Amino acid sequence: MSLIEAHEIIKIYRLGDIEVHALNLVSLSIERGDFVAIMGPSGSGKSTFMNILGCLDKPSDGRYLLEGIDVGGLDRDALAGIRNKKIGFIFQGFNLLPRTSAIENVELPMLYDGMPSKERKEHALRALKSVGLEGRGDHHPNQLSGGQQQRVAIARALVNNAPIILADEPTGNLDSKTSNEIMELLTKLNEESDITVILVTHENDIAAYSRRIIRFLDGNLVSDEEVVKS
Amino acid sequence: MINLPSTIRISFRALRVNKMRSALTMLGIIIGVGAVIAMIAVGAGASKRIAEQISSMGSNLLMLLPGATTSGGVRMGAGTQPTLTMGDAEAILKECPAVSDVAPVLNGVAQIVYGHQNWSTGVVGTTPGMLVVRDWPLASGRPFTQQDVKSATKVCLLGQTVVENLFGDMDPVGHVIRIKKIPFTVVGVLASKGQSPQGQDQDDTIYVPVTTAQKKLFGTTFPGMVRIIMVKGKSADTLSVAERQITQLLKQRHRIGPKQDNDFTVRNLTQFMQTAEQSTKVMALLLGAIASVSLLVGGIGIMNIMLVSVTERTREIGIRMAIGAKTWDIRLQFIIEALILSLIGGFAGIIIGISGSKIITLLAGWSTVVSPFSIVIAFGFSGLVGIFFGFYPAYKASLLDPIEALRYE
Repeated sequence: MSLIEAHEIIKIYRLGDIEVHALNLVSLSIERGDFVAIMGPSGSGKSTFMNILGCLDKPSDGRYLLEGIDVGGLDRDALAGIRNKKIGFIFQGFNLLPRTSAIENVELPMLYDGMPSKERKEHALRALKSVGLEGRGDHHPNQLSGGQQQRVAIARALVNNAPIILADEPTGNLDSKTSNEIMELLTKLNEESDITVILVTHENDIAAYSRRIIRFLDGNLVSDEEVVKS
Repeated sequence: MINLPSTIRISFRALRVNKMRSALTMLGIIIGVGAVIAMIAVGAGASKRIAEQISSMGSNLLMLLPGATTSGGVRMGAGTQPTLTMGDAEAILKECPAVSDVAPVLNGVAQIVYGHQNWSTGVVGTTPGMLVVRDWPLASGRPFTQQDVKSATKVCLLGQTVVENLFGDMDPVGHVIRIKKIPFTVVGVLASKGQSPQGQDQDDTIYVPVTTAQKKLFGTTFPGMVRIIMVKGKSADTLSVAERQITQLLKQRHRIGPKQDNDFTVRNLTQFMQTAEQSTKVMALLLGAIASVSLLVGGIGIMNIMLVSVTERTREIGIRMAIGAKTWDIRLQFIIEALILSLIGGFAGIIIGISGSKIITLLAGWSTVVSPFSIVIAFGFSGLVGIFFGFYPAYKASLLDPIEALRYE
């Protein structure tokens, strides 16, 4: 059984009278421990596909199995539970809570998992250490650089031991040096902790960190190829 | 699965970010709760005063006044004709089963002298029944007896005001005072009663046997005549029965035909006071109701601010949802924020309400009573307002689409 199995996924948006077919019969499976980059121009459906993979959205038709569970039949709260335990999100804009310390940001997923305060703190400190932010726990997002903020976000994605990290253009707001550092961190997590990383990006050199590149165009999956590492 | 302490901490932080806004939102609740407590205190103070006056007057009290006669077609007011006698008083006690005690009154104003002090006061000639009728205990000494009435002895009971003016701190029992130059022995002192419902000093009085008053002090042309007869009914429920029995009896005794007007008037004092008490209670309720409108307005203020807050924090809500916040995690966060606003506001309102009542007492001289009940009600109500008006914004927040919310700028 694959970690992620998508069967003939269709997503249709209605904008007034017009139907927009954001995804057309997309089928795909991703194995545990893979590192996948999803590419495509804007409007190609890659973000829609990411939202579905991340259980933020449900397909209009088709089946999406996450660890063998059909996500299509789940309600809002059950989806929230899956996002909480199975998926760590990393966003282009970091999406940390403002006016909230790094450690409290990292604690959030555990808070919604109902973990007691003391344990939360221990886990959060360990996660911050693993992304190289030891001793920065009390800093607020506005006191941290972009790269540091993204590391906090990665720590937050890791902390509940989710098997999947979904990264939506994680380096889009970062300079190339920091981008490389973040990508190396993701690579290390993928290799050492066997975390499946799925990343959306425009940039070829970022996609080059992955082992598999999937391309979308006009709602269709147009190519799916292994990266040949030189 | 909801972690309450952390949620409360999150809510507190969110409120601290906009201190001014939070404070202004609370102000609505503070004013509301304060107004409710102060208004109820004013109302309760008024009814307490009236209740005190009722009990100071004596309970289940009827007052018989002579007069209201027609004299050759001219109607006279109550108290204008001397038609009540000692005989009437005795007959009422004997023949009206709903009556427990009777006290005839013949009174007048007289100059009183003790040593080189003198004082002018109302002297009331009455029977020992008076102390029972008025529920008036003695502070010291003994009451005068039926025997004193029978033999018209020159003994008297003094009210506290008279004692203060003639004797100062001394105990007057056993001393002799002069009323209209006639020596009277003080046998007892009445306990203090304070003001009457009409604002008169009830302690400025002297009681003497009614016969002594008739023969020695206020000689009248009709022997045995009294000015008023005070009647105590057996219970509040049978007071109107007593009223009927007395009317019937006196009609008979005074030989008043069915078409003639009565030559006496029966007044039900207790009923009058109870009506007054009822109306102050209604007033208190009304004041409280008006004040709770401001509490309601305060609640709407909270809802307003919470709606703004939800909109402002759309992105934050999206992040929380993406990370795994469930419907009730989000709802609870905003409800708790509203609840914190309203409860802190409620607490401050209690302090404002209590000190406000004190200030009203100080400035306007109205007595106020802050009841624990009104505090509990106002505080509980402010909590309910918080939950009620916090729910809609919280509900709205929980229904946001996480994808839309994350994209919100």
